[in-house]
Amino acid sequence: MYVAVKGGEAAIANAHRLLADRRRGDRSLPSITIEQIVAQLGLAVDRVMAEASLYDRAIAALAIRQSCGDLIEAIFILRAYRTTLPRFGYSVPLETADMQVERRVSATYKDLPGGQLLGPTFDYTHRLLDPSLLHDAPVDEALQREGGQEPIMRVTDILADEDLMEDDGTLPEGHVPGDLTREPLEFPMARDLRLQALARGDEGFLLSLGYSTQRGYARSHPFVGEIRIGEVDVELDLPELGFAVSLGRIRITECQMINQFKGSAKSPPQFTRGYGLVFGQSERKAMAMSLVDRALRASEFDEDVVAPAQDEEFVISHSDNVQATGFVEHLKLPHYVDFQAELDLVRRMRREYEAGRGDKTDSDIPEAAE
Amino acid sequence: MTTAASELATYNFAYLDEQTKRMIRRAILKAIAIPGYQVPFASREMPMPYGWGTGGVQVTAAILGPEDVLKVIDQGADDTTNAVSIRAFFQKVANVAVTTRTRAATIIQTRHRIPEEKLTTGQTLVYQVPIPEPLRFLEPRETETRKMHALEEYGLMHVKLYEDIARNGHIATTYAYPVKVEGRYVMDPSPTPKFDNPKMHMSEALQLFGAGREKRIYAVPPHTEVVSLDFEDHPFEVQSFDKPCGLCGAENVYLDEVVLDDRGGRMFVCSDTDHCEDRRAHGHCGTMLAYGKEAAR
Repeated sequence: MYVAVKGGEAAIANAHRLLADRRRGDRSLPSITIEQIVAQLGLAVDRVMAEASLYDRAIAALAIRQSCGDLIEAIFILRAYRTTLPRFGYSVPLETADMQVERRVSATYKDLPGGQLLGPTFDYTHRLLDPSLLHDAPVDEALQREGGQEPIMRVTDILADEDLMEDDGTLPEGHVPGDLTREPLEFPMARDLRLQALARGDEGFLLSLGYSTQRGYARSHPFVGEIRIGEVDVELDLPELGFAVSLGRIRITECQMINQFKGSAKSPPQFTRGYGLVFGQSERKAMAMSLVDRALRASEFDEDVVAPAQDEEFVISHSDNVQATGFVEHLKLPHYVDFQAELDLVRRMRREYEAGRGDKTDSDIPEAAE
Repeated sequence: MTTAASELATYNFAYLDEQTKRMIRRAILKAIAIPGYQVPFASREMPMPYGWGTGGVQVTAAILGPEDVLKVIDQGADDTTNAVSIRAFFQKVANVAVTTRTRAATIIQTRHRIPEEKLTTGQTLVYQVPIPEPLRFLEPRETETRKMHALEEYGLMHVKLYEDIARNGHIATTYAYPVKVEGRYVMDPSPTPKFDNPKMHMSEALQLFGAGREKRIYAVPPHTEVVSLDFEDHPFEVQSFDKPCGLCGAENVYLDEVVLDDRGGRMFVCSDTDHCEDRRAHGHCGTMLAYGKEAAR
């Protein structure tokens, strides 16, 4: 009970030791391996890679293990690693039309070129606990489709042919895509930066905002034009060679939301786009992102900005969960200097209040009794 | 995995890569050139959470050299857990000399306090800042507040202070009390108690402010005017304490209140632990010193 006790250093060391002990848990059980996390908790790995903006399954799995499965903590660990990596170039835009598609669904057409492919989805599972998973019951191999894949055209391109879909849009001449990890954010933002921020934004936050647009806070009448999940090549332009070479493949989820638009003085009535692109398999995030992207484009279409999801400063300033968790949790750090100042003020105001009341008591109380 | 793991083990001097340090130094130079102006910078993710002082840590990392002597305080104390942690971080990634002595330090990183001892030429005080924008709680939008600064439109702040007086008879801001720097920019001094505001005025030391999450750096160069906002008939006042420090007997210093028991027992001790220890080493003694020693045992 004495302030000048030098306890900080030992306390921190002991706390870390206890944390490591809890992380390992019961020593009679084998320790979980990185390979097991990558193979069996793949969607957790995907979320960590997406919100950390770093595509590396093994390192993401290491972060998940290190954080005892706290995914935001894992995202944070991975971000802090990513920020130290040197930048040797920027890839050419991904060509999602050439995706090796594993899942592709459209809600706007019953059938379409390339077909509907369900892929590995929870959608039509019944959420009944599966006792067979209590044991290591054998699992059947997945079926493989025969033959090659026909090209799968984008649904938005079908509508664009009829001029019923807004263009993909063009960027001003000489526009270099921004990089929010290298430049400070400034408002208002261009859409490229906004999409970057949304792509690493918190899944839960974007989900709730997207949901709010469906419930009338900036309603945009959305349809899922298409969701596709699969692998695409990442290519880098090499100036020495004069053409792009493939660095490897990544698995991504893309969502093109189609939204109603009645037209304005500038544009004819046509459908508009909301776009979502996320590392790994994360349909929920990609869909929420495309709803929020569309809501944030309100000013492009002369729509009134009336709801939180349309407010760029509000959405982008609060979508990053590493920032959010840091600032919320920092409240547990010592604040006793400031609290002392407030304590002093409240005591003073309390004295003034009681002195003021003391004067009135004699005359006021009988009156109140009447 | 092994290559990734071995790469993880090597970091540049003071953690940040040299390119990032150059970017931060450019922001610092601009901040010094325009006292009190918030310079946007491309804040990095640091290996400690936002809110733990990532802005201050980046500023320190960018200005730290191998010859520097670093002191880190939180709430005025060198031994609070976060100060210990940040000090250990720089020992680890920069192998730099550290101290708890205010006088011996060339760089002092702080959260919520300015040391009691007067800082001198050649010293740099690095503040950790949570919300750099003094107008934020009056106007939540960055686009608006930047405009207000540009137009020197600070009426809203004066109205807020006036409303305090109208409601309470005095200004009810006790920490993060707004100041005007060199007659131009209204600045947030970070959540230091207003007790510390006068120490910023005409300081011989360079004062740098880093806000990591909000991506802003600002500065008060040495010998710069820093004036706490007030009114002619309600001049700025600092907190005063009824009793001197219980351990070293110091007066006119900022004190922490320590709860001694569940019967209302309290003692007040220096928030600046180095200042307190220094005084005790020089034979100053407070009324509670004996009690403290006993309790520590």
